[in-house]
Amino acid sequence: MEQRKHYTVVIRETGESYRCQDQESLLSGMARLGRKGIPVGCCGGGCGICKVEMLSGDYASRPMSREHISAGEEAAGVVLACRVYPRSDVTLRVVGKMEKSVFRPRVPDAA
Amino acid sequence: MAMTGVLRPGHVVLRVLDLEEGINFYKNVLGLVETGRDQQGRVYFKAWDERDHNSVLIRQADTAGLDFFGFKVDSPATLDKLEADLNAYGVSTERIPAGEMLETGERVRFLLPTGHVFELYAEKTDVGNGQPYVNPEAWIPAAEHGIAPVRFDHLLCYGPDIEKAQAILQDVLGFYLVEHIELEDGSGDLGIWLSTSIKAHDIAFVRHPEPGKLHHVSFLLESWEKVLRAADLMSMNRVAIDIGPTRHGVTRGTTIYAFDPSGNRFETFSGGYQCYPDGKPIKWSQNEVGRGIFYHDRVLNDTFLTVLT
Repeated sequence: MEQRKHYTVVIRETGESYRCQDQESLLSGMARLGRKGIPVGCCGGGCGICKVEMLSGDYASRPMSREHISAGEEAAGVVLACRVYPRSDVTLRVVGKMEKSVFRPRVPDAA
Repeated sequence: MAMTGVLRPGHVVLRVLDLEEGINFYKNVLGLVETGRDQQGRVYFKAWDERDHNSVLIRQADTAGLDFFGFKVDSPATLDKLEADLNAYGVSTERIPAGEMLETGERVRFLLPTGHVFELYAEKTDVGNGQPYVNPEAWIPAAEHGIAPVRFDHLLCYGPDIEKAQAILQDVLGFYLVEHIELEDGSGDLGIWLSTSIKAHDIAFVRHPEPGKLHHVSFLLESWEKVLRAADLMSMNRVAIDIGPTRHGVTRGTTIYAFDPSGNRFETFSGGYQCYPDGKPIKWSQNEVGRGIFYHDRVLNDTFLTVLT
């Protein structure tokens, strides 16, 4: 039977930590346990909401939108948590923010 | 009502980050029928009950989101007339030659003020729905493969200048306003739902600073029960669900929002009401927007106005 590996993910700002399987993304691992800290968006590497900076540890990654993560950022460890899979214990810092401009959308048309 | 002019949304082209993953999702999870692949690497699908060759195309790219979408018109003469009308209205157009998309005739393309590439076309090969045109059965096995919507139904676009897009669609192309959400200060609308048929919406827009963004592409199911079946299939296939099953106040459709593997939001819905061009538009005030969008939760979720591709 396939052995699933688990690693510890630490969110630097909150000190929150959770166990994440090597076959699930850092974001889905967090969400599956009902934990919070990284904003949850499209979960597919498209919307850019779950942007994080990897501070330590090894990980594998899948393609993520270049609209939100440049090649340089990705090389520097700035990634989307929904497209990153732990390969060791990791520590990260949350970069993305869920905008709360819902009821007062900035008037964009003059821009 | 005689339905003439612009008939319906006929195709949408989406970017995906991993083509094979996208093909598996659209074919086996959403349950569309693959109908072709072209030299640009685009993969063509249609819903099982659609008769035209294609309605959903995907291509691999390094960003997710929307390339363009197209509405079918009733004849080549209408296509010519609407192009001339657009030009006279001050909208510049370009012609994309027949065959640039598989089994699709000449397309008239223009850019909406919201930043979305909008196309009109008159011809797409009728490949049928898998049934004969004489003495057909009620449905075919493809109607049960995956979520298996009956058609690509509408889409919701986010961008600036939605009133300018509304003016073009209403004044030139014959769309009419069905519902809208008025901004709190009364200076305009936050969102508009437009029809070119008797559907409560063929296209909708929400005001947003970034141009050309996609909120969702929507697929029609035949019943609320099939929406619940879709939710089961999403869980079985670990599809990321945004919200639902629930109901919209606006249009009254029963719905699920979820994401394709590249983060493009899609909707599987049923119901809603039918409408006519002489109907008075329904207005929602911004302080009731939660109930308007998600009738049961009665609040917007965090992702509705922010998570886009």
